[in-house]
Amino acid sequence: MSVTTVPSPAPITLDNVTLCYRDRPAVHHLSGSFMPGSMTAVVGPNGAGKSTLLAGLMGRLAPSTGTIGLPGAPARHIAYLPQQAEIDRSFPVQVLDVVMLGHWGRLGAWRAATGAHRSQARAALAAVGLVGMERRAIGELSAGQFQRVLFARLLLQDAPVILLDEPFNAVDERTTADLLTLLHRWHAEGRTVVAVLHDLAQVRAHFSRTLLLAREPIAWGATAMVLQPTNLQRARLQAEHWEAQAPWCAVPEGGAVFPRAAA
Amino acid sequence: MTAYNALVQPFVEFGFMRRALVACLALGLSCGPVGTLLVLRRMSLAGDAMAHALLPGAAVAFLLVGLSLPAMSLGAFIAALAVAGVAGGVARFTSQREDASLAGFYLIAMASGVMLISLRGNSVDLMRVLFGSILAVDDAALLLVASVASASLLVLALVWRPLLVECFDPGFLRAVGGHGGWHHQLFLVLLVANLVAGFQALGTLMAVGLLMLPAIAARCWAHAVPQLSAIACGIAMVCGWGGLLLSYHLGLPSGPAIVLLAGAVYLLSLCLGTRDSLRSRFFPAHRHRAA
Repeated sequence: MSVTTVPSPAPITLDNVTLCYRDRPAVHHLSGSFMPGSMTAVVGPNGAGKSTLLAGLMGRLAPSTGTIGLPGAPARHIAYLPQQAEIDRSFPVQVLDVVMLGHWGRLGAWRAATGAHRSQARAALAAVGLVGMERRAIGELSAGQFQRVLFARLLLQDAPVILLDEPFNAVDERTTADLLTLLHRWHAEGRTVVAVLHDLAQVRAHFSRTLLLAREPIAWGATAMVLQPTNLQRARLQAEHWEAQAPWCAVPEGGAVFPRAAA
Repeated sequence: MTAYNALVQPFVEFGFMRRALVACLALGLSCGPVGTLLVLRRMSLAGDAMAHALLPGAAVAFLLVGLSLPAMSLGAFIAALAVAGVAGGVARFTSQREDASLAGFYLIAMASGVMLISLRGNSVDLMRVLFGSILAVDDAALLLVASVASASLLVLALVWRPLLVECFDPGFLRAVGGHGGWHHQLFLVLLVANLVAGFQALGTLMAVGLLMLPAIAARCWAHAVPQLSAIACGIAMVCGWGGLLLSYHLGLPSGPAIVLLAGAVYLLSLCLGTRDSLRSRFFPAHRHRAA
C-alpha cells in the first residue's frame, strides 16, 4: 500500500499549557515540543494527565493557559487511538468496514469507496496479521485481534502524527510485539509517534524519548535520562499530593521548559 | 375462496384498499432503515415518546380547522419537534437525563392532547386521532406518505455514514472532524416526519409500530446494517399488506391489525430467528469448526 507521507515539517509545540477539568488542572504548565519524526512515550501514574494531554492535542479540550501549536488541523494531520471504552463492540459491523473508516479523510461522508480503497484496507489488515478476517463481525474478535483492527485503521489514515492512548492494554505479548513493529515502521517513515504507556521496560526498549508527567511535567527528554529513580520517585509523590482546597495557582508565565539541556 | 380472492382481489376491486396498500408500502420503505437506525442508536423509547408527542399538535389543528389532514400533520410535526427540542435542551442545560425529561414532556403532551380533543370533539374523533384510519387514506394523505418516504431515503443517503459511525465509534468521528450535532438533529426531524406519515394511517399511539417492530425483529435474523434495513423494510411491507387483508376480511380496525401482525412477526423472530433468538439461546448449535 502507499505509505509515502511527507513528514510534517513543523513540530508540535506546547507553550505553558494548562489543561483543566473545571478549576482542577490535569496538566499543569507544560512547555516543550514533539519534534517531527520523533517517537515519544508519555508515562506517569494514574491521573497524571496523560490522556488529557492527548485530548488537548486533538483540540477536544481548550487550554486554560498557554498555547498548543500543531503542524495542521488535527482532523487531517493526527490519527488518534483513544482507550477502547467508547467503541460499541456489539455493533453489527464487519472487520473490513471498520478498517475502511481509515479512508475517512479521503472519502468523508459521501464519496464512494472504490476497489482500490478496499484493496488498501485488505493490505492494512494483512500488515497487522489478520488475513482472511475481513468478513468477521467485530463482536467475534478477541481484545487483541480488535486492537489489531484499530491499528489497521490507523495505517490507512496515513497521518503524519499518530497519538496512541495505552494501545497495549489487555493485549498479549505476541500482539504487543507485532504492534510495536508497526510503531517502529511509522517512526522509520518519518511520522511523529506519541504513545501513552505504563510498561517502563517497554518504554526503555522501544522509545528514544519520554515525557514523564504527574500533572506537573517531571522530565522530558532522552528516555534513559528521564526514567531515573529520582524522577520516578518525584512523579509518585506528586500524584499522591492532592488538596481539597488548593490555593489558586500563581505560577509566573513560562513554567518549566522542556526539553532541558540534558536531552 | 381462492388465493387470488383472499390476497389480491380486495386491492383490485376497491380504490381505498389500493391507496391504503400503497401508503403501507411507502411507509415500510422508509420505516426499515429509519427504524434500524433508531434501534442502533438506542432511541427506541425516545421514538415512542415522540410518537405520543404528536397528539397535542394534531389536536390543536383539529380544534382550529376541523378534520384536515395537512393542518393536523403540520400541527403534529411541530408538536413532536418541540417536545424533542425542549427535552434535548433540558438535558443539555440541566443535570436531568434526556430519557427522564423526554418522558416528562411526552406525558404532558399526551395528556393535553387528549384533554383538548375531549373538550370539543366527540369520542369518534378522539379514536380516529389515537388509532388512525388507514382505510380513509385519501390522495392528499397518500401524497404526504409518499413524499415523506422519498425525502427520508434521500436524506438518509446523505447522513447514513456519519450516523452509523457516530453510534459505533463516536470518538473516531470526532477525531476525524466528521462530528457535528446536525446529523443527529436531521435524523430527529426525519424520525418525526415518519411518525407523522404513520400517524395518519396507524394513529398517534401506534405510529411507531411500523418503525420499531420490524427493526427489532430483523435483529434476530441478520448482523449487518444493510441486511437489517432490508429485512425490516420487507417485514414492514408484508405486515402492511397482510394487516390490510386481515382488516378487510375479518372486519378489524386496520391500524391495530397491521401493528399486531408486525408484533407476531417479532415474536416469531424472537423464538425462531437465527441470531440472538430464544432458539439460538436454548438450542445452541453444537456443530463448530475445527479452528
